[in-house]
Amino acid sequence: MKKFLIALLFAPMLALASGGNVHLDKWPGSVSDKAALQNGAKLFVNYCLNCHGASYMRYKNLMDLGLTEQQVKDNLMFTSDKIGGLMAVAARSDEQKQWFGATPPDLTIIARARGEAGNAGAGADWLYTYLRSFYRDENRPTGWNNVVFENVGMPHVLYGLQGQQVLNHETHKLELAVPGQLAPAEFDKAVSDLVGFMVWMGEPQQEFRRTLGFYVLAFLAVLFVVSYALKKEYWKDIH
Amino acid sequence: MAAGNFEKYKSDGSLGGNLLEWVDARFPATAMWRGHLSEYYAPKNFNFWYFFGSLALLVLVIQIVTGIFLVMHYKPDAALNANGVPVAFASVEYIMRDVPGGWLIRYMHSTGASAFFIVVYLHMFRGLIYGSYRKPRELTWLFGVGIFLCLMGEAFFGYLLPWGQMSYWGAQVIVNLFSAIPVIGSDLSLIIRGDFVVGDATLNRFFSFHVIAFPLVLIGLVAAHVLALHETGSNNPDGVEIKANKDENGIPRDGIPFHPYYTVKDIVGVVVFLMVFSAVMFWAPEGGGYFLETPNFYPADPLKTPPHIAPVWYFTPFYSILRAMVWNFFGLDAKFWGVVAMGASVVIFAFLPWLDRSPVKSIRYRGPITKVMITIFVICFFILGYLGTLSPSPMGELVSQVCTVFYFGFFLGMPWWSRMDKFKPVPDRVTMK
Repeated sequence: MKKFLIALLFAPMLALASGGNVHLDKWPGSVSDKAALQNGAKLFVNYCLNCHGASYMRYKNLMDLGLTEQQVKDNLMFTSDKIGGLMAVAARSDEQKQWFGATPPDLTIIARARGEAGNAGAGADWLYTYLRSFYRDENRPTGWNNVVFENVGMPHVLYGLQGQQVLNHETHKLELAVPGQLAPAEFDKAVSDLVGFMVWMGEPQQEFRRTLGFYVLAFLAVLFVVSYALKKEYWKDIH
Repeated sequence: MAAGNFEKYKSDGSLGGNLLEWVDARFPATAMWRGHLSEYYAPKNFNFWYFFGSLALLVLVIQIVTGIFLVMHYKPDAALNANGVPVAFASVEYIMRDVPGGWLIRYMHSTGASAFFIVVYLHMFRGLIYGSYRKPRELTWLFGVGIFLCLMGEAFFGYLLPWGQMSYWGAQVIVNLFSAIPVIGSDLSLIIRGDFVVGDATLNRFFSFHVIAFPLVLIGLVAAHVLALHETGSNNPDGVEIKANKDENGIPRDGIPFHPYYTVKDIVGVVVFLMVFSAVMFWAPEGGGYFLETPNFYPADPLKTPPHIAPVWYFTPFYSILRAMVWNFFGLDAKFWGVVAMGASVVIFAFLPWLDRSPVKSIRYRGPITKVMITIFVICFFILGYLGTLSPSPMGELVSQVCTVFYFGFFLGMPWWSRMDKFKPVPDRVTMK
């Protein structure tokens, strides 16, 4: 019994121990910020879609970000000429496997896949931290490594924007060695927008879903009052 | 009654009375309505715990109806499409994105799966505390255990269908368990999979089981469960047999017609349930990563084992019991004894009517021993469930072993502890609390 009680005490610690070992920065964005999502979409098609597909997503659904069909065609469509087409990647997955050692994963629902049990929103934090945690590492074939995803096959595609970070092996902190086009705060905002787009793309109707929930709950609340009154009326003689 | 109705028709057999009389002469519509609803007398003292039977029926209907619509667009095909994604996985995302309202149907079905187990666990707990399984309701209870087993199968087969990483590896792990059975094990798991690894053959047969075989059996068992219940009449929180006290018309004095009294009451329960259900479905359809596990957003990859394979939450108590068995007995592998323990932990519910030797049914008139035992049992069930979601660890293993001992101790010790308790006198009539 004593052992059992001690074990009970330790049970919550097991939960903590099973968490990730890298501290993740909280994603500061929101899926209701349309301008940020549009910017994220632009970054996504320019920097991500060359190697990663978003093959469950159709270009026409980008119009939900407040864009016209022409705007989507002119600014966001490089690999397909059909607005109803899927955001697939041109490179074949077996070829990519040779280039990178692994096929780059489809990103349509990556923000959902990177969530954790007990914290489904952690996927956005993971992506936000991961994309800002690349550093120079000459031991890697791509010349890049990542603090969040050790020995990742992906090179730092955003280095033009962020610049080049190095890992200080004494403090275990990342330091910006060569500045990029964007100041650190601007780069963080750009990554936040990009992550926002991926969170949105994971479930494009999620805002509508949440809004619809309020209407459904309001209807059920009214129905509750009516059904409860009905029950009371029928049951008034039962003692 | 039915024979008499013929007299209302003209000699040529045309409709002389109303339509209902015409039907009643050919089918026991009114008789069934009366027998099961308007003249089925249920105890008037049902409390909160008595909502979960009708709610389970509601969730069954939700699952069947949403399932019908999902099957219209889902494709049980493990082959890769042009974008290198398994067709089955892509078809689920197609439902989520391109099928109008598809996301709602799919979330109803995925939330409904978890809701089904929540409702059924609460329904079983009700039976436990009020002794609903006791004589004369043993068959109702046995049909119920059958429903629970069937539901577990249904959930297991259904979980493979999205063909995500957790679908795939969860099925791989569970089917491999059968290979631990001596002599027939490896052939048995081969027959279940239809292949040497989980693959297209497995996906298609699981689809068939999930949408045809198990729902059919499930509906049959539910019908038997309700029919058996209506034969004996319902138990109640006092554990008093209302049929023992009837008025001059043969109607139990403590009974009220199920319709309209419990139909209007259950509607309130349904609305409250739907509020909770909708809150989850619209605002947290992943259920915090427990209803829809996040690794399942990666398509199945037979070459990449996830670091941590955990079953969905409703299986985790039993999964913990499986993992708690780490000793080889009689020359047989610990894995085999894990499977035996897991199977026994589910099937042992069927023996409750004969394990419980208490002179009274309801916990209301039973003493501290019963209350302490049931409390420990529930706590162990929760701890086992929690541990089953975690990666294996030495401390988790020890705790789950302790809880497994309590779990089985609760059942196997019941013939003794259920008799030892102090009991209060049971009233003749039900009480309205």
